[in-house]
Amino acid sequence: MSESPPNRAKCEISFQVNGKLVAVRTYAMDRLLDVLREQLGLTGTKEGCGEGECGSCSVLVDGVLVNSCLVPVLQAKDAKITTIEGLAEGARLHALQQAFLDCGGAQCGICTPGMILAAFHLLSKKPQPTTEDIREGLSGNLCRCTGYAQIVEAVAEVGRRGTGG
Amino acid sequence: MSTGGIIGRSVPRLEGRDKVTGQARYVDDITLPGMLFGATVRSRIPRGKIAKVTFGPGVDWDEFVIVSAKDIPGKNCIALIDDDEPCLADGTVNHPEEPILLLAHPDRRLLPQAVEAVSVEYEPLPAIFNIEESEQQSQIIWGTDNVFKSYLIEKGDIDAVWEEADYIVEGEYTTGAQEQLYIENNGMIAAFDPQQGVTVWGSMQCPYYVHKSLVKLFNLPGERVRVVQTETGGAFGGKEDYPSVIAGHAALLAMKSGRPVKIAYDRIEDMAATTKRHPSRTRHRTAVSKDGKVLGGEIEFTIDGGAYETLSPVVLSRGAIHAGGVYSWPAIRIRAKAVATNTPPQGAFRGFGAPQSLFALERHMDRIAKVLQLSPVEIRRRNFLKPGETTTTGQTVNEAVDLGKLLDRAMQLSDYSAKKERFARENKVSTRKKGIGITSFLHGAGFTGSGERYLSSVVGVEGCADGSVRVLVSSTEFGQGTNTVLCQIVAEALKVRYEDVSIARPDTQEVPNSGPTVASRTVMVVGKLVQSAALGIRHTLEGCGLLGATYSAEEFRAAVRAYVAKNGEFRSLAHYEQPEDIVWDEQKYRGSAYAAYAWAVYVAEVTVDLTSYSVSVEDFVALQEVGRVLHPVLAKGQIMGGVAQGIGFALYEKVIWEKGRMQNGQMTNYIIPTSADLAPIRVYFEELGNVHGAYGAKGIGELPMDGPAPAVINAVEDALGVPFNSIPLLPEDIFDALTNKRELSHVTGDHR
Repeated sequence: MSESPPNRAKCEISFQVNGKLVAVRTYAMDRLLDVLREQLGLTGTKEGCGEGECGSCSVLVDGVLVNSCLVPVLQAKDAKITTIEGLAEGARLHALQQAFLDCGGAQCGICTPGMILAAFHLLSKKPQPTTEDIREGLSGNLCRCTGYAQIVEAVAEVGRRGTGG
Repeated sequence: MSTGGIIGRSVPRLEGRDKVTGQARYVDDITLPGMLFGATVRSRIPRGKIAKVTFGPGVDWDEFVIVSAKDIPGKNCIALIDDDEPCLADGTVNHPEEPILLLAHPDRRLLPQAVEAVSVEYEPLPAIFNIEESEQQSQIIWGTDNVFKSYLIEKGDIDAVWEEADYIVEGEYTTGAQEQLYIENNGMIAAFDPQQGVTVWGSMQCPYYVHKSLVKLFNLPGERVRVVQTETGGAFGGKEDYPSVIAGHAALLAMKSGRPVKIAYDRIEDMAATTKRHPSRTRHRTAVSKDGKVLGGEIEFTIDGGAYETLSPVVLSRGAIHAGGVYSWPAIRIRAKAVATNTPPQGAFRGFGAPQSLFALERHMDRIAKVLQLSPVEIRRRNFLKPGETTTTGQTVNEAVDLGKLLDRAMQLSDYSAKKERFARENKVSTRKKGIGITSFLHGAGFTGSGERYLSSVVGVEGCADGSVRVLVSSTEFGQGTNTVLCQIVAEALKVRYEDVSIARPDTQEVPNSGPTVASRTVMVVGKLVQSAALGIRHTLEGCGLLGATYSAEEFRAAVRAYVAKNGEFRSLAHYEQPEDIVWDEQKYRGSAYAAYAWAVYVAEVTVDLTSYSVSVEDFVALQEVGRVLHPVLAKGQIMGGVAQGIGFALYEKVIWEKGRMQNGQMTNYIIPTSADLAPIRVYFEELGNVHGAYGAKGIGELPMDGPAPAVINAVEDALGVPFNSIPLLPEDIFDALTNKRELSHVTGDHR
């Protein structure tokens, strides 16, 4: 948790989350992670380490993959943010979500939202990544369950089918 | 063995959709109305008496709920085996993270500052920090001799073998602590109601362990304590016993405040305070004939349990029983002990003592090979256990396992012989030294010895009003696939669709006690019970004429609906009964230690870069016999995940201790493998089946943790020609060894 002195004034910050405009009253230096989880109820974004090492809190801010535990919410002002809740279209899963299910890419599931967003980001830069690209591209997101192989397989599968966008 | 049904098919993970969409609710995702947040004030010294506690300035203490040991209504303990760990320190502390006070406040941001503002004055006492210091007994910190537990396993006349030995090979091997590093930290929410009692929700493996602990802590009857598992983000043993501590703390704060309280550890607190894999030291002395037959051996296996006993006796037991591995020992004496030190208690971590003792044995087999100038393959082949022979505890191998065949297949899959020869040639002219290492090992499934009989597990399957069926177990899902496989087993037993089966959330008010989710027992032991409970549903429906000998899934649903409409609740329970051929003598430590074993041969290929002294694993073959594979994707996932943790245990994961406290308790400086570090792990199965498991399954969860570390270190020795007998093995250790190479004794075999 960030330690926001209670005597400092809150401010109103607005941005888009998953295509929807939101405004929050918050301390400027509060972590984007906490604002998403506590004020907006988007608990799909997870905290694993609180220091930018594990990638569980990964979200996209204007198309850039960030660790939301390291981003002060002020920095997200007017930005377009994508969280795991914004990936599926209604009941239809995104191709990456489906591939993670099919290939065994999700075990305990706690790293999964961040991992899927990291994969989404990778595919947006490189639609048909090699295995090496995927291993390198996801190396900022730690998973303790899978040994990564089934995650890499899921991302490669989406790349092959060209459905990652 | 094919049933043509759902067994052996990779059906979708039951809760997978919630996990990939971010809808799965872990404990820190849950907020209750009026909820407070809790924090823990811990000892800052390893051992001493608490002289005075002062609540410092700068904090409005009236806003805080404060709990001390005096507030505990029942026994001040975390109930487990001997109940020796206090829930809150009462006058003395025995390790530097021991909980002393609990604080709660509506604003979680204010807690860190408040914890800092509590100052505790101590009268320090001398402390001990490792196995050697504990053995010296200069300070007695537990019992009369610092020994939590010791075991002696004896077979044959070990004292007679030394005379006839051509070689006596000795070695000492050590392993470090290892952090489970589940990505979801430990956490609990508790509520207290004077009438209803205590309810906790949280991340855990064993709801009934938490239940037992709360019953003692609050001195309440069992029905007034309710424990509910929330989605659990990884555990690996790290959520076997520690959740009882946090549940007790949150519940005490809830009782005192009259409001729900959440305690969610952050990473630093989780790594500092919760359990890790026991550090170990194993000494081997082995008598060998000149044709490479092991005649007998003495093994001394010692683990560091930390400040309280907690689970150490059972970790020690499994480690000791696995210490002889997959080899035939005509004579053996295994002395095992768990000792106390002033560090936080060590606990369960996948493998549960076996990865430690098997690391030692599998390094030692390579040492014996070197002394005898045999290949690592040949020394193993000549000593493999065969069906009809007995293990170190005298258990007859009655599975049709052929370890020689497994070995051949692993060598072929890894291209072992050609690579070994090529690396030896190429290493002469390269600074990138390559090596290949092999290990053979086993892992017993289920509780040790009479453990399953004492657990006496009960499971239920329920026919629901809508015609579906529901599994009722306290066995928990934390990534392994419990939900999926148990539902798959029921679908197979009832010949219904997987989609027609669901599983109840583990809640002690709803589900029977199917035992803890540990010891690679869930698919084998609980799965078999679930199969039998499901058949009970079918037999009831057949008995009352609602179901014929053959039926469609729709007809089955209609029969269940009709039964429930007429009779109300429709539950079938199954109780564990120990198979007659599983007999264990707890006094002599002899008999059938496990109902079934999984068997494996692993091969690791490494490159050691002599410019950076780093080791990379380039190829990994994991071949195992695990009975029947019920779900190939999940089974492979278990093996690959375990291998990755095993590689971490060998090469990356070092806990740095300073006066009993972990110094590198952050993901920044405690390093686990990333996707860029791991080569593909190639997984292969042999499937012999198993009469004790559901549809022939054995336990596989822990097996893959046992073999990788010695395989990797054996490969490093193959690459460099220098033996390493301590893990983790970091680049600086290799640098030291190579720069002081002349001082190292190459081989310590004693030719007689």
